[in-house]
Amino acid sequence: MVAIAVLVAMAAHAVLTNQRFNWSLEGQYFLSAQILHGVSVTLELTVASMAIGVVLGVVLAIMRLSPNPVVSGSAWVYVWGFRGTPLLVQLLLWANLGALFPTLGLGVPFGPEFVTRQTFTLIPGVIAALLGLGLNEAAYMSEIVRAGILSVGEGQVEAAASIGMRRMSIMRRIVLPQAMRVIVPPTGNETISMLKSTSLVAYVPYVELLFATQNIYTRNYQVMPMLIMASIWYLLITSVLMVGQFYIERHYARGAMRALPPTPMQKLRARAAQLNSAIR
Amino acid sequence: MSNDALMVKARNVHKRFGHLEVLNGINLEVALGQVVCVIGPSGSGKSTFLRCINHLEKIDAGTIKVDGELVGYRQRGERLFELSEREVAERRRAIGMVFQHFNLFPHMTALENVMEGPVQVLRRPKEEVRRRAREILGQVGLSDKEANYPSQLSGGQQQRVAIARALAMQPKLMLFDEPTSALDPELVGDVLGVMRKLAESGMTMIVVTHEIGFAREVGDKLIFMDGGVIVEEGNPREVLSNPSHDRTRSFLSKVL
Ligand SMILES: Nc1ncnc2c1ncn2[C@@H]1O[C@H](COP(=O)(O)OP(=O)(O)O)[C@@H](O)[C@H]1O
Ligand SMILES: [Mg+2]
Repeated sequence: MVAIAVLVAMAAHAVLTNQRFNWSLEGQYFLSAQILHGVSVTLELTVASMAIGVVLGVVLAIMRLSPNPVVSGSAWVYVWGFRGTPLLVQLLLWANLGALFPTLGLGVPFGPEFVTRQTFTLIPGVIAALLGLGLNEAAYMSEIVRAGILSVGEGQVEAAASIGMRRMSIMRRIVLPQAMRVIVPPTGNETISMLKSTSLVAYVPYVELLFATQNIYTRNYQVMPMLIMASIWYLLITSVLMVGQFYIERHYARGAMRALPPTPMQKLRARAAQLNSAIR
Repeated sequence: MSNDALMVKARNVHKRFGHLEVLNGINLEVALGQVVCVIGPSGSGKSTFLRCINHLEKIDAGTIKVDGELVGYRQRGERLFELSEREVAERRRAIGMVFQHFNLFPHMTALENVMEGPVQVLRRPKEEVRRRAREILGQVGLSDKEANYPSQLSGGQQQRVAIARALAMQPKLMLFDEPTSALDPELVGDVLGVMRKLAESGMTMIVVTHEIGFAREVGDKLIFMDGGVIVEEGNPREVLSNPSHDRTRSFLSKVL
């Protein structure tokens, strides 16, 4: 314990006193308008893409479990395609869709078109980013949701059916809430992974945290300090996400455990009470 | 007995799992208010038959009518057509089922378990349903447990919540599949007591059970199943004290 603490302290000392890390510069940019804008775009992209991923993932998971082979087959093909190609390639494909279909039209199939649009005006960076991140995420989420659904015993479905519930409401009221215990932890990982994946959007290109950081270091040549500053932001947001995950997991543990695990605040209070009684 | 007093009428019911013939021509009539107990060795098709009655399993031949209506099918001429998912769900409302392993919803309290059907399926107002659910929990002796989750209840208490959950739908028929088999011996009595009260109140019941005492005292009819057929049926006291088939005799000598 002591040895580790000493090593950590030495490393921290080395990093903090090294002039080349240029901590004052990082402090100066950390809350600058450009970086804050990048941070907020990164957050928005993370939330919106995860929302698309979760909703579409649930739909795909239910499709995968359908008795109809056409329905389950198309869900399988979706997962196969979106999981089997790199995310960066998918993002670039969406961004450059204009090259493939220069115009998109609305009209009679194979007949005259009433409305015709240039694709590049239809697919601006933000849409390409959301499509790329969200549709890719849906493939992963569908596997997570499917595992969650399969973890709920068949007896639950039968009990619900025996009181006259229908398939979709059994899914919504009985199966998915129980599946959440299995779904939430990996979804937390997915969200953190999504936060980091949004940096790929810098190549769409669309201005998020990494792009904003690159904008700054191409002007002041302080590549390392700026990248470290961006990393600190990513770490900070990840930490907040982890706290959120703890409370969500606790919420869905209801009924599954006899007593819920204590929150950190509750632990702290219990410690304080112990100390108190020990002193007296 | 006139036909319209029949709650259940099963005719020549067949059921296969792959090549395995699980039900081999079951014929059964259950009158309104009657309590029918079903005994038989493991694997004889007792659970499968109960599950066919509320269409948790499809049948391969024959018909099952509950309260005069086919379960899960519609008849046109000579042929049977399976009902839509919605229609099947509607017909199940009138048939309560109690499972060996309770199958309570673990993420809901006892009260929420009982309220789920009337609120979600019958779309009754919540306040009214809550009042009624509390009454039913009182009837099964669990007024003080309404806020507990299933994991905080003993097996006997869970099974009584499960009975309350089925009763909340005001079923015409109750099916019990070995309701006390998963319970510690000292908890069996509470559950059987609730079932006995229910039988006395006039509920039509089919009970798969190994509780011979219950079958003798509460049952109006006893059925012995083996190999997917009904081997013997009759007045419980007579069948138990004087079985007419060897297979019944050898089964009873093992469980009594
Ligand atoms: N879903 C199923 N698939 C295949 N075989 C089954 C299925 N359900 C039951 N069986 C078989 O059907 C037979 C009867 O089972 P069951 O009705 O559960 O008997 P019991 O309740 O009398 O013990 C058993 O041999 C069992 O293995
Ligand atoms: Mg059985």
